[in-house]
Amino acid sequence: MSEGKAKGKLALYWAASCGGCEIAVLGIDTKILDVAENFDIVFWPCATDGKVRDVEKMADGEIDVCLFNGGIRTSEQEYMARLMRQKSKVLVAFGSCAHEGCIPGLSNLDSKESCFKTVYHDSPSLDNPQGTVPRTVTEVPEGKLHLPLYYDTLKTLDQTVPVDYYLPGCPPEADRIWDAIVAILEQKLPEPGSIIGSDTTVCDDCPRTREEKKIKKFYRTWQIKPDPDKCLLEQGILCCGIATRAGCGALCPQVNSPCIGCYGPNNGVEDYGARLFSAVASVIDSQDPKEIDAIIKDGIPDPAGSFYRFSLAHSLLRRSKLKGKDGGAKVAADAS
Amino acid sequence: MSDNFEPKIVGFMCNWCSYRAADLAGSARIKYPPNVRIIRVMCSGRMDPAFVLKALSLGADGVMLAGCHPGECHYIDQNYKAMRRYYMLKHMLRAVGVEEDRVRLVWRSAAEGEQLAQAVTEFVADVKKLGPLEWPDNWEENGQRLKALEDIVKEHQEAMEVN
Ligand code: SF4
Ligand code: SF4
Ligand code: FES
Repeated sequence: MSEGKAKGKLALYWAASCGGCEIAVLGIDTKILDVAENFDIVFWPCATDGKVRDVEKMADGEIDVCLFNGGIRTSEQEYMARLMRQKSKVLVAFGSCAHEGCIPGLSNLDSKESCFKTVYHDSPSLDNPQGTVPRTVTEVPEGKLHLPLYYDTLKTLDQTVPVDYYLPGCPPEADRIWDAIVAILEQKLPEPGSIIGSDTTVCDDCPRTREEKKIKKFYRTWQIKPDPDKCLLEQGILCCGIATRAGCGALCPQVNSPCIGCYGPNNGVEDYGARLFSAVASVIDSQDPKEIDAIIKDGIPDPAGSFYRFSLAHSLLRRSKLKGKDGGAKVAADAS
Repeated sequence: MSDNFEPKIVGFMCNWCSYRAADLAGSARIKYPPNVRIIRVMCSGRMDPAFVLKALSLGADGVMLAGCHPGECHYIDQNYKAMRRYYMLKHMLRAVGVEEDRVRLVWRSAAEGEQLAQAVTEFVADVKKLGPLEWPDNWEENGQRLKALEDIVKEHQEAMEVN
């Protein structure tokens, strides 16, 4: 691809995410060697020995491309997001967490206090007799120890710094990652700010037959044995394919499992969840308010998790409403 | 919350009925509170739940949706879709701790100026009782965040000097 050309500089970083995105990069398999041929990997804490200090010493914009996965949950992650932004010409929000908050963003349904309570006090597998919780500053005889501040609300990468491109998916599929790398190498990237991917939906890739969508009752996956050939949504199983960007090749519905929306919204959709629940509600087969309400309440016990599983932090809602003065967030942020 | 809280309310009203009802109320000089900013849509079926969430996220304390009576929609049955979306939206709002009464759907025909004014009056009073939503304040971390960031920058700079 780049015979004789100077190598570009590539960085990868991992913030609030599960680590799956790091593994997904390796999913491109031996093509990683092509990447190494075209790029010097200047910073990739998960796989190579690089130091933040080395990045800090770089000139602004010295890194050509940074693939950044994970949401922003702590002050350290925000610092790193700002640093990588400053040092990179192109910053890519890599994967659902950086793009939309993803599963870690669901903790926005609750407060930091309540997360800490579960994790450090109530979890059944826990042995924490002294009730130790992380603190931003701890005094020890040798001096002060610092930990990053844990935020009350997880933010996405583009709620923190400007982002050039998005690569959707939890995690992005290897072929799509490779497509993106080729686009970068051949300088055939779309308009800045765009999502690198398709503009069709999972339904367009799904082989199931569709007739008319009319739903009298919603079923959770364990409540029904789905017909293997018919559209899952038409069978009352909440399938998010109708609102989800194509990219995976409709993996889940092909194995009898509904799409849960990991590729996020399609172009032009500001709020994934609203688009999805609006479409799903429209096909409820009733004109009676009481019956409609009952079908919804019985069939969808967890609307936030069902419609905003990957996108809560990036949605118009962003988080659940916190009770208390000033909306509560300001109070909770002082908890550590 | 203080007694003089005046809720900001956005009203999405169908062109063929409720919007005309509001017009009628105006020309008949029927009084209703001025809290509602009315946005005309062609049909209640055009009221995307995202419009409601957007209004709330931009600072509205309540959103009123108004369309033609069931069976009287100019686009056949779009107002039934609006009804289904409305119940789903309320279900969603409850799940994120927003009072569901901040959103209300009413049916008013073009002739029902007085009834529309009454519905607005009641809704404004109910939202007043709920108090301000203050949605954007909900996700701003306090000043601690910026301080924590400054601390990291300082620490790293000091470390660089030692190097
Ligand atoms: S809703 Fe789900 S099952 Fe139905 S066509 Fe779309 S992706 Fe396939
Ligand atoms: S079908 Fe849906 S949930 Fe499954 S991989 Fe594809 S986009 Fe993700
Ligand atoms: S035209 Fe009035 S609700 Fe459809």
